[in-house]
Amino acid sequence: MAEITLSSLAHTYETNPSSPEDYAIRKMDHVWHQGGAYALLGPSGCGKSTMLNIISGLLQPSEGDVIFDSRIVNDLSPEERNIAQVFQFPVVYDTMTVFENLAFPLRNIKTPAHKIAPRVHEVAEILELTSVLKRKAKNLNADEKQKVSMGRGLVRDDVSAILFDEPLTVIDPQLKWKLRRKLKQIHEQFNITMIYVTHDQLEASTFAEKIAVMYEGKMVQFGSPRELFERPAHTFVGFFIGSPGMNFLEVAITDSGAQYGDIAIPINPHQHAIAKASDSGNIKLGIRPEFVHVWDDRNDEAFEVNVKDVEDLGTYRIMSFYFGDSLLRARLHEDQRVPQKKAYVSFPEQWLTLYIDEYRVEVGNE
Amino acid sequence: MNKVENNKAWFLVLPMLVLVSFSAVIPLMTVVNYSIQDILGNSAFFVGTEWFEKTLNDPDLQGALLRQFAFSFTILAIEVPLGIAIALLMPKKGWQASAVLILVILPLLVPWNVVGSMWQIFTRGDIGLMGYGINALGYDYSITSNATDAWVTIILMDVWHWTPLIALLCYSGLRAIPEAYYQAARIDRASNWAVFRYIQLPKLTNVLVIGVLLRFMHSFMIYAEPFVLTGGGPGSSTTFLSQSLTSMAIGQQDLGPSAAFSIIYFLIILAVSYVFYIAIMNMQKDKVNTQGGA
Ligand SMILES: Nc1ncnc2c1ncn2[C@@H]1O[C@H](COP(=O)(O)OP(=O)(O)O)[C@@H](O)[C@H]1O
Ligand SMILES: [Mg+2]
Repeated sequence: MAEITLSSLAHTYETNPSSPEDYAIRKMDHVWHQGGAYALLGPSGCGKSTMLNIISGLLQPSEGDVIFDSRIVNDLSPEERNIAQVFQFPVVYDTMTVFENLAFPLRNIKTPAHKIAPRVHEVAEILELTSVLKRKAKNLNADEKQKVSMGRGLVRDDVSAILFDEPLTVIDPQLKWKLRRKLKQIHEQFNITMIYVTHDQLEASTFAEKIAVMYEGKMVQFGSPRELFERPAHTFVGFFIGSPGMNFLEVAITDSGAQYGDIAIPINPHQHAIAKASDSGNIKLGIRPEFVHVWDDRNDEAFEVNVKDVEDLGTYRIMSFYFGDSLLRARLHEDQRVPQKKAYVSFPEQWLTLYIDEYRVEVGNE
Repeated sequence: MNKVENNKAWFLVLPMLVLVSFSAVIPLMTVVNYSIQDILGNSAFFVGTEWFEKTLNDPDLQGALLRQFAFSFTILAIEVPLGIAIALLMPKKGWQASAVLILVILPLLVPWNVVGSMWQIFTRGDIGLMGYGINALGYDYSITSNATDAWVTIILMDVWHWTPLIALLCYSGLRAIPEAYYQAARIDRASNWAVFRYIQLPKLTNVLVIGVLLRFMHSFMIYAEPFVLTGGGPGSSTTFLSQSLTSMAIGQQDLGPSAAFSIIYFLIILAVSYVFYIAIMNMQKDKVNTQGGA
């Protein structure tokens, strides 16, 4: 049980890093609180596994410190850190039975036999492995093997944290959902810190109270699923979270507002002031398809746009339309009239977010 | 489930069958033919199992067979653990890995009869490094007069020549183990021994089966090296099966008994390999044949 702090942490696999791109983890500070259920979300190659391996001690960070409570653990091995970790692809000890596999981490810390058996049975029960306990791990199917892998992570109840590195990738969707619920139950029951790595936003938001989004070695946002949705701190979060992702327009700032091509877009005066003061050439406006207002009729506030197509997704529809030369999307609810060819859209000010150099400009009233 | 029967695939196997029959089955049938008949020039008459009985009761052949088993099992007992150990110690990457790999492979590149000649010179008391060296240490070493010396030397030669094969197979087997296994073992706090016992060794099973079978079959047929090194002596102490067979077939022109003997020889190799293979495969099965029950 520990609070895990990453302090000025950075990691590179290169011997002579010359640019920030050479870093798998770029300098960051972060705290994983004791007892939290966290997800680490990001595309493949953004540094998620690297981060987990640094926390567990499989990897030594090239810069900065890993701190458990107040103790710097950089030089401690995974054994000494007392961390459990489950990997993406099932790792089982082929020649052992399922029971022996699950008992293995306990036997290695010299747990007395009379304590091992009940614990193994308990975990096997949770993961529905009881019926295969006597079988050799080699002869299990992929799903069962991954459950055994997970079981070995869960069997020790004294660990500082359990790290899951995309543990359900190889598992069939039905079981995936069930196992995720199980993990959540275990978390609630034992109050162990869990960090769950995934590249699937749905998986992240059903498992975690708070999600850390990683992108190119940076942790670009840490917040609740709702915060990530409503106030993406980085354009990548906007793009990655939600389906479809956020709409972005690269704009110029004029004296009166924002300008996209020859279309003037009114923005909040506070945002306008900040944008005006910035000398960055990379200014974007973002709005979620859910928040684009689609009017039934022409009016003064709305832009008239050409509709590309409307996709019916059952309970809602996604309308694609041309705004200037950008293709944007808006979400229409079920009973909304479906525009033909022309549509009238506007961007409500409170949902229109300003990004300077890809990072969100916070607005005072939030 | 309804499956459509389609046996066309058998035709695809046909070319291979033809090839195998010319390369193996037909020559083998010739041998079978010789083993049950007495053939001299154009006349041949059926002798049944006579040749088989004769060879099985031949004390020379029995001796050679025993020596052969002793030899094959000894070199396996040395080469397999040694090969695994070498593979474990070989560097995993960088130029060192390539350098060591080349060094390890070198003995495998030497032709068999050359191996015999090399060691023959190597072990000579007058000009051979090893023979001279051992003599200089005060031990009267001679492979031509001392049977133990001859045996030890032949085994040493075989170990030198063929351990690299096992090492190479194991090295490739070890490289194929995903890093995650080692990571998981560290997380589970496995000792180095446990990593070897529960990860590396099981993952090596398949290459080891191949390695052991190859080495068994090949050592069981060993011919050129001892023939060149010791000529089968002193006495018949290092005369192995194939040398007995050759001297019988070519030296004495006893084609009938030789053919019978070849078939026995072939069956022994087949049987031992089969038993070994089955034993290994059984090790991997579940102890309980049901779906479990805890
Ligand atoms: N062992 C390694 N050696 C060199 N580069 C690596 C190694 N592991 C990962 N990387 C690189 O570091 C970056 C981050 O990888 P990783 O942490 O595995 O990402 P993720 O788990 O998010 O997919 C990638 O660019 C990857 O190529
Ligand atoms: Mg990964």
